[in-house]
Amino acid sequence: MATVTTNKTQLTRRSFLMASATAAGGLLVSLYLDLPLLAQESGPPKLKVYPPDAFIEIKPDGKIVIQVNRLEFGQGVQTSLPMVLADEMDADWTHVVAELAPAADIYRDPVRGIQMVGGSGSIATSFTQYRELGARTRAMLVAAAAQRWNVSPDQCSTAVSVVHGPAGQSATYAELAADAARQPVPTSVELKQPVQFKLIGKHTRRLDTRAKCDGSLKFGLDLDLPGMKTALVARAPVFGGRVRSIDDSAARSVRGVSDVFVIPTISGGTAVAVVADKFWTAKQARDRLKIEWDLSAAERADSSQLLAKYRELARTPGLVAANVGDIKKMDGLKDRIVAEYDFPYLAHSPMEPLNTTVRFEGDRAEVWAGSQFQTIDHAAIAEVLGLKPEQVTFHTEMAGGGFGRRAVADSHVQREAAEIAKRVRGTPVKLIWTREDDVRGGYYRPLHVHRAEIGIGPDGFPIAWQHVVVGQSLLAGTPFAVMMKGGVDPTVAEGVNDTHYAIPNFYVTVHHPKVNVPVLWWRSVGHTHSAFVMETLVDELATRAKMDAMAYRRKFLKPDAKKLRAALDLVDAKSAPWRARLPKGHAVGFACHESFKTGVACAAEVSHENGRPRIHRVTMAVDAGMVVNPLSVESQFQGGIVFGLTQLLGAITLRDGIVEQRNFDGYALPYIGDAPPLVDVHIVPSTEAPTGCGEPPVPVIAPAVANAMFWLTGKRIRSLPLRKS
Amino acid sequence: MQTFKLTVNGQQKEVTADPGTPLLWILREDLKMTGTKYGCGIAACGACTVHLGGVPTRSCVVPISLVGNRPAVTIEAMADDPAGRAVQDAWVAEDVVQCGYCQSGQIMAAVALLKSVRKPTDKDIEESMGGNLCRCGTYVRIRQAIKTAAKQLA
Repeated sequence: MATVTTNKTQLTRRSFLMASATAAGGLLVSLYLDLPLLAQESGPPKLKVYPPDAFIEIKPDGKIVIQVNRLEFGQGVQTSLPMVLADEMDADWTHVVAELAPAADIYRDPVRGIQMVGGSGSIATSFTQYRELGARTRAMLVAAAAQRWNVSPDQCSTAVSVVHGPAGQSATYAELAADAARQPVPTSVELKQPVQFKLIGKHTRRLDTRAKCDGSLKFGLDLDLPGMKTALVARAPVFGGRVRSIDDSAARSVRGVSDVFVIPTISGGTAVAVVADKFWTAKQARDRLKIEWDLSAAERADSSQLLAKYRELARTPGLVAANVGDIKKMDGLKDRIVAEYDFPYLAHSPMEPLNTTVRFEGDRAEVWAGSQFQTIDHAAIAEVLGLKPEQVTFHTEMAGGGFGRRAVADSHVQREAAEIAKRVRGTPVKLIWTREDDVRGGYYRPLHVHRAEIGIGPDGFPIAWQHVVVGQSLLAGTPFAVMMKGGVDPTVAEGVNDTHYAIPNFYVTVHHPKVNVPVLWWRSVGHTHSAFVMETLVDELATRAKMDAMAYRRKFLKPDAKKLRAALDLVDAKSAPWRARLPKGHAVGFACHESFKTGVACAAEVSHENGRPRIHRVTMAVDAGMVVNPLSVESQFQGGIVFGLTQLLGAITLRDGIVEQRNFDGYALPYIGDAPPLVDVHIVPSTEAPTGCGEPPVPVIAPAVANAMFWLTGKRIRSLPLRKS
Repeated sequence: MQTFKLTVNGQQKEVTADPGTPLLWILREDLKMTGTKYGCGIAACGACTVHLGGVPTRSCVVPISLVGNRPAVTIEAMADDPAGRAVQDAWVAEDVVQCGYCQSGQIMAAVALLKSVRKPTDKDIEESMGGNLCRCGTYVRIRQAIKTAAKQLA
């Protein structure tokens, strides 16, 4: 067994644990941050209010309530983090109840320092934290039992929420909870060896499925509070526009409308809020507003003009994102590929429209939001309301998808909600973004142009590779701008400048034009476009070299690209049987890509029907280190490729500053008929630290399909979305 | 404002509303039945699917004034419906759900399919479920779960 001492663990770097009894005779295990050690030594803690400072509560009926320090929005963390804790605790899984923790310092990501979901990091950064919480709680329960039976803790064992003693004694965790609360929190704990895991690594069904199948689960949009109002906002047709004049007489005459007023927007403009008793009332009133907008100060972005400008920029070097070897080796190489790619703006379009509910009481406030950035949104609401964060209770609501759209550094939805709540003091008000508001509301995956020039050696492999990426920075102007180096936004260059292919002379530069369109990370961020460029180019290189696409990749990958090699080998083996029996008119396309430290490979069987690719089956392999819940990983991969197919179908375009799409009728997204009916996912066995699984499946599918399409049409796809051919 | 009588999940209800109010918002806000979801408001995503007079219907585009005497059945009644229960059980067994927001609509569409076609083919599934959007991309498992439920009901 590995002994973990406190001074080496995540939990004690700036925190310590405390156990306390609940009024009902249960046990609470709480985590405190930044308190002087003295406080720990000053005697038994007083009865704690639960939550927001507890992680685990053992209830007298045996239920074990585990606080999840993340937003659950489909990715399955509300099941997998409790699995990790329950495994080390030897808890009865059937008695585990998972709750989404509110915003509080103790629930911050132990590595990133804010409470958040993003970068596929929930398991990666909280795996050890939750194991230690479980192991420490188990140790206290064992200590309580040992004291009761007058034996040594070493003589006791645990299984399924029961401690067993050497003479056949046994006591349930619930029976021991009150005594365990008086035990000191151990300063060191032994974590299990993988072979001892009972839950980690086992296919485990989600805890929330039944409630999501019978209509009983409440999402943020389903919140209903006494006296609650609904607010909609009329926003300028161009980002940053201002209200010049407003005629709200017709809007105010709609029965149920309580107020109409102008609010500031984060982009420096203004907008008009309508507050009413119900959604439909608010919508009727908003539709009747007569607003004259002042758009004089707002730059009018235009997709076709941006594309032309970006193409120009791509022909000039930008800020250096990678410089390996000597790009001058390009000179004299006659065999070249010169390729230019373009990608449109894309909306995330989570199924649950954006919303936030705020009740402002003057000296305090309460918030309900499905937020990927609790710490940031919490602070933003407090700021707008003129309160300190500790005066604002922030509930994390279950969210219907997000894909990055609920992780916004400027908290624009929460700020709007707070601006409205400030005006209707004492009344809870739910701000809803209609689907039109969301499709037209910005915060898109940015438009990009890539230009690559590849000089190829006699063996068919690149000698020199010059690459320019043009795209708006996601980080500039946000608190995350500290991640930029030399003006280069790593989220734009990622997937290219950190490629796992061995390119001896490699020169990557970026341009970050400033455009009046708010942009945001879109599930898998820069890898959405960079993997498409790299994996279609590598495929083209393999074809030119007259080599098998898989063999070419294996030879081209750096020796240390272990995860990609493992994933490629597994996909090769698992797809071999169906690739050998490919029907006439079908082709197979491959892609592999590493993102968020997870290696993924994919083989897609495609035919060409009605000018469109039809995907018949996909085989995927993933090396994500140790996997907590293989069932959840399988789901993330099956679903992630559908999200990735958005790239082939959808586009947000702007004309003279105005977004041309309004809803799902104009913004094309993948439905069941667009998705492959068969997706088999294979996990590379590993005992290495777990890495992300939410984003890594997304990048590979579009290039795999495009590579298959080449065999069917003879054409390389350099522009997305696909046009009918 | 007008008063309307309607039957929801076998119960008589009376609501006073603007005649243009979509059934979706009557269910969610007047009757406090939030299992039926708002996704797009233009019948393009299927999250609001209910059975109206036995027909799967996008409740976001049906004004309350046009419901008439057609009984409405929502996700909240599925646990007490043999086909509904079989579909829910199959959804749990196949671990279909991710965020879950579209699943009320998916389940209502799947139940309607299984009530008209006992053993649906992939083509039947694509046609009946073809307008129900899932951004998490749970389609592979939806297909499998419908087949599992069909076996259960056979």
